[in-house]
Amino acid sequence: MNDISAYKKGLRDGIPIALGYFAVAFSLGFMAKKCSISPLQGFICSFFTRASAGEYGGYTIIMQDAGILGMIAMSIVTNLRYLLMSTALSQKFSPDTPFFKRILTGFCVTDEIFGISIAYNGYLNPYYTFGAFSVSTPLWALGTMLGIIAGNILPARAVSALSVALYGMFIAIIIPPCKKDRAVLLSVTAGFILSFFADLSGIAGKLGLNSGITIIVLTILISAVTAYIKPHPQDTAFDSENNG
Amino acid sequence: MTGSTWIYILTMILTTNLIRIIPLTLIRKRIKNVFLQSFLYYVPYVTLAVMTFPAVTEATNSPVAGYLALITGIAAAWAGLGLFPVSMICCAVVFISELFLV
Repeated sequence: MNDISAYKKGLRDGIPIALGYFAVAFSLGFMAKKCSISPLQGFICSFFTRASAGEYGGYTIIMQDAGILGMIAMSIVTNLRYLLMSTALSQKFSPDTPFFKRILTGFCVTDEIFGISIAYNGYLNPYYTFGAFSVSTPLWALGTMLGIIAGNILPARAVSALSVALYGMFIAIIIPPCKKDRAVLLSVTAGFILSFFADLSGIAGKLGLNSGITIIVLTILISAVTAYIKPHPQDTAFDSENNG
Repeated sequence: MTGSTWIYILTMILTTNLIRIIPLTLIRKRIKNVFLQSFLYYVPYVTLAVMTFPAVTEATNSPVAGYLALITGIAAAWAGLGLFPVSMICCAVVFISELFLV
């Protein structure tokens, strides 16, 4: 696939992401407004961070005026999963992918854009990621700004319905490999079950942690156990994808 | 306060993006270790699973609508539908079911 068609495919696959972003960013905007964030500040912050949980945490720090170190700590904790995602993406590039394209791809990483980039068949063409980025980022920033300006424009029913667009997309990413690979199916099922009980028990709150930490801990735990039980050498996987 | 708000936002932007970019600058070769390869192979799917459930049931006005969306979404994705159709089906399920539930 050449760069232009990869970019177009990225644009197309970015549409559901953009729709979901808009709804979520809108409600993030309501929250930002409570923390005295201006519409311009919200737009710029959302455009350059694209981090839902990270922004939520960050705006809390701003509201409490908890200091720059507090902001750094909050940003690291709420976004630590991006470290794992970028590490996984580093293995998805063709060896001849130029340095600046790797950096730009890293800049584009969000939960959703990572999800579709890692599902790309064979080596990742960075233009696919750039396409998804360029359709979804403006709507994320715009949604935040409009949420701050306008408050509650959308009816509650529409917000409720739109808010599952993101999760629908997550499901569409994780289910196809579950059909092909029983180890993925097992790890995803374990993820659902343990996440459910972690939430039910409120364990994170009892330990003074936030839900972002629960996501990190469960991800590392389940992935490590699955990797130990059912090794999946990735070089051969890439080779077979490229040959097939 | 407005001045320091911008400094906070700048800090947030720098930290968040450094986390994303650092692994891509440090790790340029293929990882040979089979355990690490396998670990990185499972991470994305597990993360998305953990982030999806039970959060999807808490995002909607009615938790039942969230469960219905989850089940329908899994069925639709299992049947081979792509990202956008599955997303829209989930939204439609929530919208329609909440007409009765809420």
